[in-house]
Amino acid sequence: MSATPVLALRGISKRFGAVQALTDVELEIHAGEVVALVGDNGAGKSTLVKTIAGVHPIDEGAIHWEGRQVDIHRPHDAQDLGIATVYQDLALCDNLDVVANLFLGSEIRRAGIIDEVAMEKRAKELLDTLSIRIPSVRIPIASLSGGQRQVVAIARALVGDPKVVILDEPTAALGVEQTAQVLDLVERLRERGLAVILISHNMADVKAVADRVAVLRLGRNNGVFPVRTTSHEEIIAAITGATDNAVTRRQARTTEAGL
Amino acid sequence: MSHTVQKASSGDAAPTGAVDPRLLVREQGFKGYLTEFKRKVRGGELGSIPVVVGLIVIGVIFQSLDSSFLSAGSLSNVSVYIAGQGIMAVGIVFVLLLGEIDLSIGSVAGVGAALWAVLSVSNGMDDTLAVVLAIAAGAAIGAFHGFFFAKIGVPAFVVTLAGFLGWSGLQIWMMGEEGTINTPSGGIVENLTNYYFSDIAAAYGLATVGVAAFLGSSLLDSRRRRAAGLPFRPVSEIALRTGVIAVIAFVCAYQLNQARGLPLALVIFLAVLLFADFVVRRTTYGRQIFAVGGNAEAARRAGINVEKIRITVFAIAGLLAAFGGLFIASQSGGASKSLGSGNVLMNVIAAAVIGGTSLFGGRGKIWSALLGMLVIQSIQQGLNLLGMASEIQYMITGVVLLAAVVIDSVSRKTQKSAGRT
Ligand SMILES: Nc1ncnc2c1ncn2[C@@H]1O[C@H](COP(=O)(O)OP(=O)(O)O)[C@@H](O)[C@H]1O
Ligand SMILES: [Mg+2]
Repeated sequence: MSATPVLALRGISKRFGAVQALTDVELEIHAGEVVALVGDNGAGKSTLVKTIAGVHPIDEGAIHWEGRQVDIHRPHDAQDLGIATVYQDLALCDNLDVVANLFLGSEIRRAGIIDEVAMEKRAKELLDTLSIRIPSVRIPIASLSGGQRQVVAIARALVGDPKVVILDEPTAALGVEQTAQVLDLVERLRERGLAVILISHNMADVKAVADRVAVLRLGRNNGVFPVRTTSHEEIIAAITGATDNAVTRRQARTTEAGL
Repeated sequence: MSHTVQKASSGDAAPTGAVDPRLLVREQGFKGYLTEFKRKVRGGELGSIPVVVGLIVIGVIFQSLDSSFLSAGSLSNVSVYIAGQGIMAVGIVFVLLLGEIDLSIGSVAGVGAALWAVLSVSNGMDDTLAVVLAIAAGAAIGAFHGFFFAKIGVPAFVVTLAGFLGWSGLQIWMMGEEGTINTPSGGIVENLTNYYFSDIAAAYGLATVGVAAFLGSSLLDSRRRRAAGLPFRPVSEIALRTGVIAVIAFVCAYQLNQARGLPLALVIFLAVLLFADFVVRRTTYGRQIFAVGGNAEAARRAGINVEKIRITVFAIAGLLAAFGGLFIASQSGGASKSLGSGNVLMNVIAAAVIGGTSLFGGRGKIWSALLGMLVIQSIQQGLNLLGMASEIQYMITGVVLLAAVVIDSVSRKTQKSAGRT
């Protein structure tokens, strides 16, 4: 694992009107690592993801990319750095076909004209390497099932060769088989040296693929745990808000983990 | 953009692993066409089927009532009359693709014509410059609407409703002293709808070039797709499509030559259609319009400058409205206080929708401006031949528009239920 994290968040705060969605959040992620981000509904996971992705600019704090501080104001800023995001609300255009969605915002062009042939070819290759099966790459997203949309959304994130991939609850709407496929996909991304931030409600998923688990609670950090040496119950306790006893145990553990 | 699913024989791109039985592999030949057609209809992708059927029905009905309906002179007139409102309808297609509406285009057409007339005719400005300024003013007005919609967040229909009123006020004020300004003969505007290429080579030449270009680009595209190992249209299908287009093109050319020759208005309208279709389907800008119309938030997250798209699309609608206004001025012999009022706005919006462009955004074709305009104009032409009063025309056009909107809404519903979300 590299010494400098590819992405580091320092003291991030974000407010929506009266809601303090994030307070002083810290998060580090290294290349070739899967960090799970967990927390109750409304804990601020999606908001954190959107600040990294440039959907909601941060109010306070700093974002470091490969050791250097960067400003992310717009989705384009994040994409240019190499951050790809798969949102919980998938953010696909129902009226466009699969190819158009995969390349939306980064169309391949030939002499200024959209090169449909090159795009369709790359789309097929990409879907093949990810073992993704859909009826046709030329049908509108509107006629795909929920699971098919999810894999298209993930494939879409990989089009620009990103260094960090953020997946917001990618398996929430999926069946057993498709969940397994997505988790396989996450492992393949790690093998390729990408950094993956995986938001999930499912502890089994987290245990299966994540290296570390970062817990958010009410918009604040509530510990970072190495997955292998931490039990299910400890993570759940951190998510739900632990007793005094558990707090001390957790703090002991986080210092041990070298936070 | 439906391509025949037929694997390249080269086989180098054969998929690894077993083929998923649910893959939509279209059978070859006409049976394949039929199954694909049925699938599309079930999925709510009707496209231009209803309007083509409608045109045929209109043709048959009026022709049986009055045999001069499909005469060369009548068809020639239709091809000129559709140009002005048709060009405006192209602008409305852009706006509808965005999922918005522009209620101001009638007034903008009036302002464009008035500005040209005041500058060129009343103040003796260079004719070309006055035409360019009038069109540019239309674009600026559209951008102004777009600004309030995109940056301030005022609903587009309210902004353009205010524009509808405000700009027609400006138009009346500009025309104030004279009331009407006649087009000087021999000028650009006069020629827009009154110039005909009377040499029969013009119409046949245009038909030939058009058919050849279609055939060439289809073959080229098919070859590139085949080389890339992608599904491609077989030559037989290309030949069939080219044949249909060739028949239509040459019959039209023949009929136009029987009358006064190839109208300049039709040439310009076709050029606008081709260029707009190219922009919408082949450029990233066009792709971004569809994306914003389909899901603005998704477009924004994909890094698309949604505000820029919205402002420029309204600018395009304004530009084409002013341009169309000059055609209307040409046809009616001059600019006036009332140019662009009455049923112009409704006709233009109806044309886009009747042609198959959805009111709900993100679905449609530039060519629907032509198809829809043909429906509206041929109904008017037919009723005129039968000597029916304009109130009957209004009612029939209203019914046709309602039918088109019903088809649009129903097909949207079917699409939603076909998408198993
Ligand atoms: N665009 C927004 N405007 C106002 N409040 C928001 C917005 N997005 C999220 N919030 C609020 O921020 C908090 C965190 O939400 P979210 O990040 O979606 O939680 P999670 O993804 O962890 O379930 C919630 O209280 C939510 O209501
Ligand atoms: Mg969430």
